[in-house]
Amino acid sequence: MSHAASAAPTTEVAVPAIPVAELAPWALFFGLLATLVLFFVSADQGAVSLTSGTLIHEFVHDGRHLLAFPCH
Amino acid sequence: MTARALLVRGLIAGLLAGIATFLVAHQVGEPPVETAISLEESSAHHSEATAGAHSHGSEEAVVSRETQRTWGLLTGTLAVGTALGGLVALGSALVAGRVGRLRPTAATAVVTLTGFTTVALVPFLKYPANPPGVGTAETIGARTEQYFGFLVVSLVTGILALALAGRVWPRFGTWGAVVMGVAAYVVVMSVAATLMPMPDAVGSFPADTLWAFRRGSLLTLVTLWAGIGVVLSGLVGRLEKHEAAKAQRRALAASL
Repeated sequence: MSHAASAAPTTEVAVPAIPVAELAPWALFFGLLATLVLFFVSADQGAVSLTSGTLIHEFVHDGRHLLAFPCH
Repeated sequence: MTARALLVRGLIAGLLAGIATFLVAHQVGEPPVETAISLEESSAHHSEATAGAHSHGSEEAVVSRETQRTWGLLTGTLAVGTALGGLVALGSALVAGRVGRLRPTAATAVVTLTGFTTVALVPFLKYPANPPGVGTAETIGARTEQYFGFLVVSLVTGILALALAGRVWPRFGTWGAVVMGVAAYVVVMSVAATLMPMPDAVGSFPADTLWAFRRGSLLTLVTLWAGIGVVLSGLVGRLEKHEAAKAQRRALAASL
């Protein structure tokens, strides 16, 4: 994690970047998890549904409206 | 600084931001939501044409209004806050040291600002939030597609603009890079907003309730993103200072 990523125009020391190889597994795993969470709060049982019924939609109803997602 | 250290701090920041967001949404956003629902119900009593459509707070409700505006709202804000906090932290981990000479703390600020603008503010300007009772059930599919389509275009454009700013930074410096990045984003999004369809008509819904709701909704989004930005940059700033002190001690020990 000590190699510089972009060449700086001056003689100042470059900021170390976190290598992609270290970042990728975290990004993949958490990215997937976060997408799923965001989907259930923002869209499930609305225009598209992964689960049947209206329980999730009704439970997060106010959050969906106030976080500016199209609800119904 | 490791990806894990940043992600943990992002999750903490997101959770705290989620709590603040719940408080603001509950205090500022809920009153107009209640007004909108009572309007919706009184108009539904006048005409039974809306039967079969989605109902709020009536006898057959799956979740009571009381639960919707407390535990339901809290669950939504905490879940979205934590998810976005983690994503902002991982975005910052990618940006630090790659775009310009941004240190991790500065990277969290830039990524949060980019995230708020591209994911919350700009989609809101094109397709503003609507209270219960606005919009018919028949158009929810189209409205959802338009909203998320515009959001994705905005996010991708924002990421490319940030990458562009990082590319031109060595030649044009910070001022030039910021101006070019922002200008590129504004131009592309102006074209996209012009090409995308107009939002559905609001109809005869009272303008004061609509405005109160949208103001509450925007304030909710601002709280969420500001909370993530402030807490995350604070936590990462402390971590950065700690690591710098540790490196200094190590260098001193090695020189002895």
